[in-house]
Amino acid sequence: MSGAVLGIMAMVFIGIVVVIGLWFLMTYNGLVALRNQVKNAWAQIDVQLKRRHDLIPNIVETVKGYAKHESGTFEAVVKARAAAVQASGVAAQAKAEGELSGVLSRLMAVAEAYPDLKANQNFLALQEELSSTENKIAFSRQAYNDQVMIYNTRIQVIPSNIVANIGGFTAMDLFELKDEAQRQAPSVKF
Amino acid sequence: MWQAIQQNKIKSVILIISMGILLVMLGAAIGGSVTGSQDGILGGVFLAGLAWFFLTVLAVLEGKNILLSLSGAREVSHDDAPQLYNIVEEMRIAAALPATPKVFIIESRAPNAFAVGTPSNAAVAVTTGLLSVLSRDELQGVIAHEIGHVKNQDSRFMTLAGIMLGVIVVLADVYTRSMFYGGMGSRRSSSSSRDGGGNQLQLILFVIAIVLAILAPILANLLYFACSRSREYLADASAAIFTRYPEGLASALEKISRSTIPLESANRVTAPMYIINPLNKASGNAVFSLFSTHPPTEERIKILRTMASGAGLGEYNKAYASLKGGNIAGGSDLRSAEELELRGIKREQPAFDRKQQTRDANDILLRVNKFNFIDCACGLRIKVPPMFSAKSVNCPRCGAKHEI
Repeated sequence: MSGAVLGIMAMVFIGIVVVIGLWFLMTYNGLVALRNQVKNAWAQIDVQLKRRHDLIPNIVETVKGYAKHESGTFEAVVKARAAAVQASGVAAQAKAEGELSGVLSRLMAVAEAYPDLKANQNFLALQEELSSTENKIAFSRQAYNDQVMIYNTRIQVIPSNIVANIGGFTAMDLFELKDEAQRQAPSVKF
Repeated sequence: MWQAIQQNKIKSVILIISMGILLVMLGAAIGGSVTGSQDGILGGVFLAGLAWFFLTVLAVLEGKNILLSLSGAREVSHDDAPQLYNIVEEMRIAAALPATPKVFIIESRAPNAFAVGTPSNAAVAVTTGLLSVLSRDELQGVIAHEIGHVKNQDSRFMTLAGIMLGVIVVLADVYTRSMFYGGMGSRRSSSSSRDGGGNQLQLILFVIAIVLAILAPILANLLYFACSRSREYLADASAAIFTRYPEGLASALEKISRSTIPLESANRVTAPMYIINPLNKASGNAVFSLFSTHPPTEERIKILRTMASGAGLGEYNKAYASLKGGNIAGGSDLRSAEELELRGIKREQPAFDRKQQTRDANDILLRVNKFNFIDCACGLRIKVPPMFSAKSVNCPRCGAKHEI
């Protein structure tokens, strides 16, 4: 009789282990899928950031042709661009890109003072590309941050946090460009 | 949004099945009346089934392209229209669509836009009139509205419905018209020959014509009902979420609705797809508004402008409720229901120059038509047509010679 009870208990035990195992598998796979979505969203931002880095030398060259006396601004842009290209990791990259945005808006403000430059077809085309790329960065950042929020919430709440701890899932950083350089109004020097 | 997508999928299946039943019934009736035998009915059913199969395949595979060419839309590349293309790409990113929709342009002074296709294979079409009257932010709002339709899969359903119902509407129109004119002509010729068999066939064709004439307007109205007004509200809400700037779409709608220029290429089949009904202005009677696919534009503008504190669906619903009461259907599960920060106008807006924008919009058409653009050093832009055969051209203002 005790043998029968033991048998049932063993079956129940095995059943519980199987259910927990299945839950663990599904949660783990769900987290992997979420993490991949975050990576994909990051790749989208990366494409646009690279595009901006590629555009900058062209813009600097075009503006240089008309505004020769603004070498300080050009140097700042080139330096900020180099720093942004070098930066790695979400937080460092966000900081460098934020600074780059700041000096870029200063460059565009400088360009405003040269009517000939503003009438240049090539410059107008580059300006459209740059502002569209900035928009694309903003929109892909929007999509990335939404995705990171979902992922971070998932690995923090009970019970999926247990799986996250065992599987080594760590929280991801939000991509925030709102640093000091971005917040300051561009200062125009004449 | 998932709910809206699900509803569109169900509607698509219902549409395909009911089209099949309708066609088979028609086939049986025609086959039976022509031959008057069991075999005739079976043959009619078989042929109708075949027609239904091909119609479905055609609508799924080629529907997008057929609707675009019906509207006289031409594809543009990034180089043809950089700003338009960039805006579509921006909204593709904001909506997280799997692929960038193709961009098309329609030559018309009437400002309007529409979208067709599936999220991974979509197309957005705008008129040159739209490009000449809207600022960048307004154009972004309109494109966001269209991408919203693509994302909610309204465009997918509308493409399917447009082809499947539209084929019958167009065929019926052509058929009844040709019966009307052709019938009179053949009556004159048959009076000389007096052929009994010919008269019987004519009678049958006449009956088919009457049936089609009755059926066509019903189907056309079905098409109007298929794309309910709530979809327009939902697309407006999506536009606010994507751009975080509802004012862009609001002032665009204001400008578009103010225009009284009719869109020549729009017809009963393609009309429901546009952001603002292109036929509404032309007819403008009260009966039309009963079957209208689009909610009153002033209402859409008012709702967008009431969204004072956020760009999320929650805020849109609040604005909708304060003006009309209730919620918009199909969006209750939208993930972005939480409040989203509104975007202020960050960059300075360039001065709006309508003349320049009209010129730019027409330049896009010229570029699509393979015109050569040469910028002369004197500031003049020479536009050389593709059939121009000489090796060089002289600038009409300064006389400088340019190689082509």
